[in-house]
Amino acid sequence: MITMKMNGLEVRAEEGWTILDTAKFYGLEIPTLCHHEGLTPYGACRLCLVEIGEGPKAKLVSSCTYPAEEGLVVHTDTKRVIQARRMMIELMLSVAPFSKTIQDLASKYGVTSMRFKIRNEECILCGLCVRMCAEQMDGKAIGFQNRGYQRKISTPFDIRSEECRLCGGCIYICPACQLRCQGPQAETAVCNACLTMDPTCLDYYDELQCWMYDAGRCGTCVREKK
Amino acid sequence: MSVNQTVNLDKVQEIIERHGGNKSKLISILQDIQAVYHYLPAEALKTISRLLKIPLIDIVSVATFYRAFSLKPRGKHVATVCMGTACHVRGAPKILEEFERQLQIKKGETSKDGEWSLESVACLGCCAIGPVVVVDGDYHAHTSIRKVPNILKKYRK
Repeated sequence: MITMKMNGLEVRAEEGWTILDTAKFYGLEIPTLCHHEGLTPYGACRLCLVEIGEGPKAKLVSSCTYPAEEGLVVHTDTKRVIQARRMMIELMLSVAPFSKTIQDLASKYGVTSMRFKIRNEECILCGLCVRMCAEQMDGKAIGFQNRGYQRKISTPFDIRSEECRLCGGCIYICPACQLRCQGPQAETAVCNACLTMDPTCLDYYDELQCWMYDAGRCGTCVREKK
Repeated sequence: MSVNQTVNLDKVQEIIERHGGNKSKLISILQDIQAVYHYLPAEALKTISRLLKIPLIDIVSVATFYRAFSLKPRGKHVATVCMGTACHVRGAPKILEEFERQLQIKKGETSKDGEWSLESVACLGCCAIGPVVVVDGDYHAHTSIRKVPNILKKYRK
């Protein structure tokens, strides 16, 4: 058993668990996109960032790849973490604004504007389809090619692969393939149609997670503003 | 890129055997194949995949990741113009333009007669002798626009 601190709580993790596993076990919500049970952790989307350590030495790590350690101090929802997550959502929005999954994440985590140039690449290179193909379907038909800004996912030589059995696993798991509600004709970069919650109090209450999306109002978590 | 181009695969097999059929020698194998054919033929990659039991996509990933490998046929002679910072400030872009004019191809292209390919590289690490142009492994130091025709003449016979 590994004992560590998470949002001020003493938690126990089993050998081989990641920070994300531990947080899930204790019901602490950490958003994920490129993580999927049954596939190896990849750490590509950086949505599951958490802060480890304390004071000026605290750093951001992806919780899906970071193993639970004895005596680790983890904060899952500090101001810094929230800002980093919002930035990641914003960056992903600029690449794939037509994705419903990403638009939903933007609404949920309060991303109301997108400051980057829209690129419409319809792929965020999360690697889910590549891992799905290789690990679950035993296909190994698709993979990453080129590098840097030219990186893309494709079959060898961009023709139909002999290994592909048309199982559709890659499309099933793709977070960018499901179109947003307004369809591809949408003009705005950010949808935010289901953004009904009030601004959360996360900026003031560092270690609170409000299950009602009603942070601070019900009174159970009342604290002084800093 | 023609996928069905016929390639003498005995050489490929020989190269793989020379490296002991070792999966971890993939890059060395690709380099040797590139040295023989001047590019990586699709058929050769498929042969490697079959003999070394590596998924084809993994080989393609490696081959497309490194600039040193080319999946498209390249010319007999490859001219590489260094565009690193030191060469850049000494006029490398102008030299590249001159090569483009003389060979009538753009950067990254191969001439129609299959004689010349033109490429640029970020830095060759020999900034003191810049601007540098490498043709078929020969380094040409302190190049200028005026020296370009002479360099080309050497390889044109």
